[in-house]
Amino acid sequence: MSEYHLTHLKELESEAIYVLREVAAQFERPVLLFSGGKDSIVLVHLSRKAFYPAKIPFPLLHIDTGHNFSETIEFRDSLARSVDARLLVGSVQDSIDKGRAVEEKGINASRNVLQTVTLLDAIETYKFDAAIGGARRDEEKARAKERFFSHRDQFGQWDPKNQRPELWYMFNGKKRMGEHFRVFPISNWTEMDVWQYILAEDIELPSIYFTHERDVFYRDGVWLAAAPFMEMKPSEKVEYRRVRCRTVGDISCTGLTLSTADTVEDIIQEIAATRVTERGGRYDDKRSEAAMEDRKKEGYF
Amino acid sequence: MERTFSSKAYLDMELLRFTTAGSVDDGKSTLIGRLLYDSKSIFEDQLDAVKRASIQKGSEHINLALFTDGLRAEREQGITIDVAYRYFATPHRKFIIADTPGHIQYTRNMVTGASTANAAIVLIDARNGVIEQTHRHTFIAALLGIPHIIVCINKMDLMDYREEVFIAIKNDFQAFATQVFPGQDMRFIPISALKGDNVVKPSGNMSWYANGTLLHHLENIPISQDHDLIHQRFPVQYVIRPESEEFHDYRGYAGRVAGGFFHPGDKIVVFPSGIESEITSIDTLSGPLTEAHPPMSVTLTLKDDIDLSRGDLITGAGDIPRESCDIVARICWMNQKPLQIQGKYALKHTTKDVRCIIQEVDYVLNISTLKEQTEIKTVRMNDIALVRLRTTKPLFFDSYTTNRITGSLILIDEATNETVAAGMIV
Repeated sequence: MSEYHLTHLKELESEAIYVLREVAAQFERPVLLFSGGKDSIVLVHLSRKAFYPAKIPFPLLHIDTGHNFSETIEFRDSLARSVDARLLVGSVQDSIDKGRAVEEKGINASRNVLQTVTLLDAIETYKFDAAIGGARRDEEKARAKERFFSHRDQFGQWDPKNQRPELWYMFNGKKRMGEHFRVFPISNWTEMDVWQYILAEDIELPSIYFTHERDVFYRDGVWLAAAPFMEMKPSEKVEYRRVRCRTVGDISCTGLTLSTADTVEDIIQEIAATRVTERGGRYDDKRSEAAMEDRKKEGYF
Repeated sequence: MERTFSSKAYLDMELLRFTTAGSVDDGKSTLIGRLLYDSKSIFEDQLDAVKRASIQKGSEHINLALFTDGLRAEREQGITIDVAYRYFATPHRKFIIADTPGHIQYTRNMVTGASTANAAIVLIDARNGVIEQTHRHTFIAALLGIPHIIVCINKMDLMDYREEVFIAIKNDFQAFATQVFPGQDMRFIPISALKGDNVVKPSGNMSWYANGTLLHHLENIPISQDHDLIHQRFPVQYVIRPESEEFHDYRGYAGRVAGGFFHPGDKIVVFPSGIESEITSIDTLSGPLTEAHPPMSVTLTLKDDIDLSRGDLITGAGDIPRESCDIVARICWMNQKPLQIQGKYALKHTTKDVRCIIQEVDYVLNISTLKEQTEIKTVRMNDIALVRLRTTKPLFFDSYTTNRITGSLILIDEATNETVAAGMIV
C-alpha cells in the first residue's frame, strides 16, 4: 500500500480551502471580513488559492472604526487592488453620526464594541448571507467552541448552547430569510501556525507588525499607541519606543510589544519565547472575564 | 534569544486529531490540563488566571481542570455545554483535542468530536474499572471508525499503583472490545493525571510498566494509513470557470480528495452520468501537481468537455462506488424532536444535497449491552439506530468502514434547518 506524508500546515491549508469553497458553493452573497490583521490577510491568500485561476468570488468588507493605523488602511487598499477584489468599507463614524451607535466616553473609551453595530448594518444593507472571518479557536475560550459554520439569528446573535452539531466535513448552511452565517476557515490554526504559514508562503504584511518607533504610553500592563483621540490619565506619559504589533485591531485596543523583530523569522523566534497569549495584549479582552463571550453573542466578529 | 526555534522542524510536523471520552468524574479535564501543562503549552497569563481561580476555590495546588474551563454559562452551571477544541504541539506533532463533555448530551457531542478524529482516549477510573459508560464510549469510537484507541486507566495513585489493578481492567476491557471491534489498534496505559504519572513524564511509581507515556503514544501512532488510500474518490465541490482572457475555456473541478491517489493521465469515471474521461491536470495556485491524495484540496481538469457540477463524484475507472436510492445506515439521532418514521428530511452526502424519506427503523441499539432492540421504533436524542432511507436521487457511496467520507451522511430537519442525525452507511 502506498505511503504518504502531509505536513500539518498543508493539512490546515487544505481544510481552510475546503471551507472557503463550501462558502462559495452554499451561499448567494458571501463576504470576507477584512480587518487588515494577519489572520484576515492569510484568509485572502487562502481565498486566492481556493479559486485559482478564477478571481476571489466575494468582496472584502472592512469595518473601519476611524481609529485605525494609517499603515493598515494603506495596506488594505493595495491588497484589494492586487487581488482585484471589490472592497467595501463600513464606517463606525457613520453609525455614530446617524445615531445608530453611541460613542463611549472616558479613559478607556474604544470604538471596538461599536463595530458590531456597523457590521450588522452592513450585513443587512448588502444582504450578505455568510461573513467569513479569521477568528481562531486557540485565541480565546469563547472561540474554542465555535463551529466552522456558525449560525446567526435575525439579530445577528450567537447561541452557544444551541449550536448545530458539525459532523465530518459536512457543513449545514441552511437558514431562514434574514439569518446569516459566520464562517471561520482557520478555526484550527494557532498563532504559530499562522506565522509559519506567512513565512512559508512569503505573505506580505503591513509594516506595523515589524519593529518601528512611535509615541506610546503604558496602561495596566499594556503599551498603547498615543493618538489625538486616546484620552490619557495624568499619571501616564508619552514615551518614544521601539515597538511592534502582535495583533492588529484599532488603535484604542491594540497592545504593542517592545520589540526589535524586523523579519517574520525574528517574529517567530519572539513568539516561540513569549509566555503570554496573543490576546493578553488586547485591551478589549481585559474588560471582563467573559468580555469576548458577551461580544460574540451580540454579533461581534 | 535563549532558545532557537526551528521553523524547518515545525514545517515538517504531522497533525493528529484526537477525542477524549470519560464520565464526569474520570478526570478528563485534569488529564487535558496535565497534557497542556507538562508539554509547556500553557502561557503565563493563562497560568496566572488558573492560579488565582484555584486559590479562590480553596485549592492548595493548581487545579489543572481549570485550564479547560469554558464559557461563563458553563462555569455558572458547573457543566460543559459543547465540544471545545484545544491545541498543543510538541517537536513531533501538532495536536487538536476535541474535548467533549461527559453528561447527558454525551453521545451527540462525542459523535461530533469523533467524526474527524484519528485517535480516541477512553478514560477509566481505576477504582471503578470498566463501567457502563466505558461500553458506550468504546462503542461510539468503534461506530465512528476511529482508527486508534488509547485506554488510559486513571487514578492509579489511589490504587497504590498496583499492576494487578491495571491487568484486571485491561482484561475486562479487551473481553468487551474484541466483540465490538475485532482487529482494532488498542493501547493501555496506567496513569495518574493528577500526579502526572505516565502522561507526559514516565512514572517513577510503576516500574512494572514500560510501554511509553500517553504523549509518547500520541506522538508515534502511525497515522498515514488512516485515510482510504485505495479507492479513488473525488467529490466535486465547486466548478471553477474564470471566464477571463487568459483562461478563456478553463473549466476546473475543485474539491478535496476523499480517497486514493490521483495523477494526470488517470482514467476516470464521473457519476451520476457514468461518462469516462481522463485527468489532464491537477492545478493549484503554486503550480500543477503530479499527484494528489487525501485530504488535499486541489482542482482537476479533464480531457473531455463533460458537464459536471457540485455533488458529482469522480472515481477511478474500474473502481466504481455503490449506487442506490435505498440506503441502510446506522444513525445517531441528535435532536430533541424524535425521528419521524415516513418523515422527509434533507440529506447531505459528500457535496451532494438530496431529500429522503425514512422508511423503516430496524432496531434501536442498547449501547450498554449491544442488544439490537427490534421492538423499539422510537428514535430519540442520543439513540443509535439502524434505519432504511429512500433518497430522491441515487447516491454514489461506499460503506463507512471503507471510506469515512463517501460512507457518511447527515440528515437535516427541513422545517427548522437543524442537523438532526449523523449517518454511517452500512
